[in-house]
Amino acid sequence: MSVQVSETAPALELRNLDVVYRVRGRDRQVLRDVSLTVERGRSYGLVGESGCGKTTAALAIVRYLPRNGRVSSGSILIGARDVVKLNYRELRHLRAEDVGMVYQNPGAALNPGIRVGRQVAEVFVVRGVDRKEAQERALNALRTVQIADPGSVMERYPHQLSGGMQQRVVIAMALAKDPALLILDEPTTGLDATVEAEVLDLIAKLQSEFETAVLFISHNLGVIAKMCERVGVLYAGRLVEEGDAETVLRDPRHPYTVGLIRCIPRGGVRKDHGRLDTIPGFLPNLGEQPPGCIFADRCALSTERCVQEDPPPYQAGGGHTSRCHYHESAHTLPRREAADLDLPVVDRRTEPVVRFDDLGKVFHQRGHSVHALENVSAAIWPGETLGLVGESGSGKTTLARALLGLVAPTAGTVEFEGRPLAGHLSRRTADDVRALQIVFQNPDSALNRRHTVRRILRRALKKLAGITGAPAEKRLLELMQSVRLAERYVSARPAQLSGGLKQRVAVARAFAGEPRLVVCDEPTSALDVSVQAAILNLLVELQAERRVSYLFISHDLGVVRYISDRIAVLYLGRVMELGPAAVVFEGPHHPYTEALLSAVPTVDGGGRERIRLEGEIPSAANPPSGCVFHTRCPRKIGAICEQEEPPLLEVEEAHLMRCHIPIDELRRLQLGEREKAPA
Amino acid sequence: MSTALPVPVQVPSERQLARRETLRQLVRSKTFLVGFIVVAFWVFWALVGAALTPRDPLEQAADVLARPSSTYWFGTDSLGLDVFSRVLAGATGMLEIAPLAMLLGVAGGTVIGLVTGYFRGLVDETISRVIDAVLALPVIVIAVTAIVALGPSTMTLIIVIGVVFIPLVTRTVRAAVLAERELDYVQAARLRGERAPYVMFVEMLPNVMGPIVVEATVRLGYAIFAVAGLTFLGFGVQPPAPDWALQVAQNYQLLAGGSYWWTVLFPALAIASLVVAVNLIADGLTQVLDR
Repeated sequence: MSVQVSETAPALELRNLDVVYRVRGRDRQVLRDVSLTVERGRSYGLVGESGCGKTTAALAIVRYLPRNGRVSSGSILIGARDVVKLNYRELRHLRAEDVGMVYQNPGAALNPGIRVGRQVAEVFVVRGVDRKEAQERALNALRTVQIADPGSVMERYPHQLSGGMQQRVVIAMALAKDPALLILDEPTTGLDATVEAEVLDLIAKLQSEFETAVLFISHNLGVIAKMCERVGVLYAGRLVEEGDAETVLRDPRHPYTVGLIRCIPRGGVRKDHGRLDTIPGFLPNLGEQPPGCIFADRCALSTERCVQEDPPPYQAGGGHTSRCHYHESAHTLPRREAADLDLPVVDRRTEPVVRFDDLGKVFHQRGHSVHALENVSAAIWPGETLGLVGESGSGKTTLARALLGLVAPTAGTVEFEGRPLAGHLSRRTADDVRALQIVFQNPDSALNRRHTVRRILRRALKKLAGITGAPAEKRLLELMQSVRLAERYVSARPAQLSGGLKQRVAVARAFAGEPRLVVCDEPTSALDVSVQAAILNLLVELQAERRVSYLFISHDLGVVRYISDRIAVLYLGRVMELGPAAVVFEGPHHPYTEALLSAVPTVDGGGRERIRLEGEIPSAANPPSGCVFHTRCPRKIGAICEQEEPPLLEVEEAHLMRCHIPIDELRRLQLGEREKAPA
Repeated sequence: MSTALPVPVQVPSERQLARRETLRQLVRSKTFLVGFIVVAFWVFWALVGAALTPRDPLEQAADVLARPSSTYWFGTDSLGLDVFSRVLAGATGMLEIAPLAMLLGVAGGTVIGLVTGYFRGLVDETISRVIDAVLALPVIVIAVTAIVALGPSTMTLIIVIGVVFIPLVTRTVRAAVLAERELDYVQAARLRGERAPYVMFVEMLPNVMGPIVVEATVRLGYAIFAVAGLTFLGFGVQPPAPDWALQVAQNYQLLAGGSYWWTVLFPALAIASLVVAVNLIADGLTQVLDR
């Protein structure tokens, strides 16, 4: 028996949906009066920052809410059937037949103990196909999601597949039942940009083939712009704006959307051009319901009316709605102008802070030697930011760890202000240890969850600056001031702080002494865009004040471009390209850099022709011969690429590249193509 | 430019709230509650001891091996001692030895677990192999050998059981520390030049207390078991103390014909109730603390 799906009804319709969670004996509303429609075969994007209710909406649609959550009013129609009213058996059928789901973490979506083939076949078995045919169909399903050699993948366990492959398997399973509706909850958030681009292409292609309606949930406006026809912006459980994706992103009519779009570093904005916009304040507490507009307390345009009166969804023409009393003037949202900064002038004739010289690191694992770093040479001058980009597994983190002394390099040296540094932390002098600090990616694990902010920072002051006693308390407050952390948080523990506040504490800790260089290891990738902008601003301000250098690791090219003076592109532990940020981004660039750049979806949708990278980064235990990139290089010129490793040469002033193709040839190829591409 | 606008923070007493929440969850757990009530009952009798028992647990009555009756609720044993009073008073010895042994084992295991988990490498290899070797030997054999060598006394019993527990606790703590040391705050501590003892005891220890508390309660159950077992074998508490295992040991031969069951059943039930109750507490704690 299949749930009857009407042919004309939309694939999904939410009507005035309210969802509440019961916390400490009180109902807290997490979705309020959400109405949206996903037409058959169309794609709908739901954006918003964490805590806005995106995932709650996804879970509510298939009634997977946690035990303390429930739909308190409204209806969820899938093909004209109200999901809220289905009994258990009907619900099972709905989940088995009509709705496919893909979540963020494919590793957790697959059963680690069952071979991939059996898991995919299971989807067919549930629908009554016999085991043998199910195997056959599973193989086909894997083929559909473009898995090379599906036969051998069927035999493997999930942990033997990379993240991108796992996500393909999950997508294969979701699509196996040919669902009328596919729900994708941040399906590419944990993946590298190149892999993300491939998975997104795949989803787009399958969507048009299967004519599936898609509800695409993401915090990434660029991804939504690329994938969706319609978009809904969720803020604190309310759908504040809705419309055609292109219209909403080009001409946003709600101040929240305006702010969100402005937060993203893009369009070649650099730190010396100005600060990033941020959205002040915080998301309201769970279940808080002011009488007026939910965004009023963070909105620079809000008036008395906004505080008093809840705005209805105003029509802005063409199916574009906005819950803002002043939707016509939303774009006039004032920018938060910052004072001009006096950024350090980098003088490269002086001694660099840090110099890597032919640095190599080999890890030995189960009889293999993994070359995590090979002949890495680079230097960072005082007050400069060196951006480090590359896919996961390219050696970014190993380089940072070798610099900090957390791992000892197996070849080459790290020099600090002209003196060689001992390989391992334990053999460095206290001063050298203090001079190099780090801000970690994940603020949750970077702070001791049992210690208060005061304790964390007092200890850092003692160890890094040698300040104790009464002066320490004074310095502590100054330090908090310098990272814009309000004094009242001084006795808070990390669990009481939001991600952005935690990251400020982590930054304060790194700056407790007088660091000469701070490694920023993806410091904003765990944060929402509005918070990301604030942290980036803070880092730039601190650099202006303290003349500190940064080694900035990020997979987000927009962020790297914003903050870096120079950029190093790593691939399989080798520097493929190194040069001033503008040059690396504007080109001519190394074919690998070119591929990385073209993989990034942007909000304005404008972009370069996508250069596809075939397959995944090869294993560092067994790197390809010749140029390590030749196996995936779209611009491979011939046998020389397979046989001879190109040297890292200065192809033009201050611009180094490791490629057999002469720079003028690259310039001709790349610029020529860009001109051909429609603007 | 500031982004941290004055927005009300969630109450300063968040920590107390969290603690209260943990307590409330514990009280709501029937497992924990039942265990707690039984243990509280025995702790009470361990504290008041012979002072409140209906009769003096060491006073011999004329009625030898009397059946349970309104006079002697649990009957009397072969010496005419009141079983009911002896069962109540018997808690004292048990609840003195077992917790101390457990504390010794948990303290030792925590220190070694932190050291092996934090340093890994050669230190870890060496200590872990020694621990494997110790664990390969039957506990009772080690214990009996040690007691014979040191002579039976309460102190010996505590030390022997405690030391035997150290390797077991070490394993649990080491596993927790291995997971914890991968977290960035540990590296952050090393990067500001903290020494190993500070990182282990000030930074990491508070974060691995959850599993240690659970392990401690589990160990307490086993300690009670071990004390009872060794006493039964004659290596533990010495007569005429009103110890439960001792009562079983002195009277179990009377069970032969199916008669005089009360001399053994009640002290045995007392041991069982305490062990089960402690394990119920351990289960309750596991559910609440292991998120």
